[in-house]
Amino acid sequence: MMEQVTALGQNGLHTIRQFGKAGALLFRVMCYVPNFRKGFPLVLQQIYAEGVLSLLIILVSGLFIGMVVALQGYHTLAKFGASAELGPLVALSVARELGPVVTALLFAGRACSALTAEIGLMKATDQLASMEMMAVDPLRRVISPRLWAGFISMPLLTLIFNAVAIYGAYLVGVKWLGLDTGAFWSNMQSSVDFHADILNGIYKSIIFGLVITWIALHQGQDAVPTSAGIASATTRTVVHSSLAILGLDFVLTAMMIGGW
Amino acid sequence: MLSQRTIETSVGLFLLAAMLALAILAFKVSGLTSFFQPEGYNVTAQFDDIGQLKVRGPVKIGGVLIGEVSQITLDPTTYRAIVTMRINSKVTDIPSDSSASILTAGLLGDNYIAITPMYSDHYLTNGSVIQETHSAMILEKLIGQFLFKIGNMGNEQQENHS
Repeated sequence: MMEQVTALGQNGLHTIRQFGKAGALLFRVMCYVPNFRKGFPLVLQQIYAEGVLSLLIILVSGLFIGMVVALQGYHTLAKFGASAELGPLVALSVARELGPVVTALLFAGRACSALTAEIGLMKATDQLASMEMMAVDPLRRVISPRLWAGFISMPLLTLIFNAVAIYGAYLVGVKWLGLDTGAFWSNMQSSVDFHADILNGIYKSIIFGLVITWIALHQGQDAVPTSAGIASATTRTVVHSSLAILGLDFVLTAMMIGGW
Repeated sequence: MLSQRTIETSVGLFLLAAMLALAILAFKVSGLTSFFQPEGYNVTAQFDDIGQLKVRGPVKIGGVLIGEVSQITLDPTTYRAIVTMRINSKVTDIPSDSSASILTAGLLGDNYIAITPMYSDHYLTNGSVIQETHSAMILEKLIGQFLFKIGNMGNEQQENHS
């Protein structure tokens, strides 16, 4: 009995320490004075690794998600004789919810898991420690460019996802199911608001990008330096960041609808 | 490892693609064209009731789009709605005695302003006021009138019987 209580307390303390370490990591990355001349090429390399290389999966899934939403929406709207409202349906659901959330989930799977594995392996093979020996701060050299790259890449990927998904909906709705082109675009323009719908989606994606990259970096730095430890850290990255995305999405949506 | 030059180029292309996507979302999807307003002139009209008419609602002649609603305000003395419309400058010869009415697109659609041209030789210009207007049909009011009439009919019949 006593042992169980001890284990519970130990568990709780461990969780709180994890939060503390993660917070300290974020604080140190955010609050050091950046060196633009040295840091900029590193950030570019990471944007290439996290953003540009994720483009293909974002483009393909954006296209198909737009097409599927258009197809499903058309058959439901046609029951009410409102198939001309397909444009607003797709544009609003993609710009407000599907764009930021699906992009963030894909980004967590495609880029963040790789970040955790990379940093975990660096830790396991003592690369981080040897950098410190050479008076290179691993925080500046390794951690911080990756965080900034995730922060920058996510909104850009979301913008591309949104545009491609709406184009996919246009292909299905107008080219295949034969809706009127003018009605599709003009109904969309009259019901989509740039600030309330599109910019709010982008704000969401910026926050998601920061949070999931942060989770990935923390898990990598905190991984047990064995092959099993890196494997479980990578799994935890994907699980925690997916949960964080879905939970935060609800909170942010509630804030945005509440006129924040 | 790719050379820094290749990386910079591909990141640049990535940024450009995202900017293009933002432009598409802004102008094509959300219709944020108020920065580039088409040439046009303003015409106002007063309505008793504008129903669900919104700013940026369409203005049509014979079903063809000729402009949009740019402003809706309330006249403080007469409590009528003053609707300012921006008419495309290509459409210049609308007779000045034309009438404006607020109609509904379909049974549940949005409201729009339909201008019915008349026969005057003078044309609407910037700042003109359309005198003859017809308010929006409010479904609830119509139902109310209808029920009221039915009720009265019942009373009349009862009175006739007695």
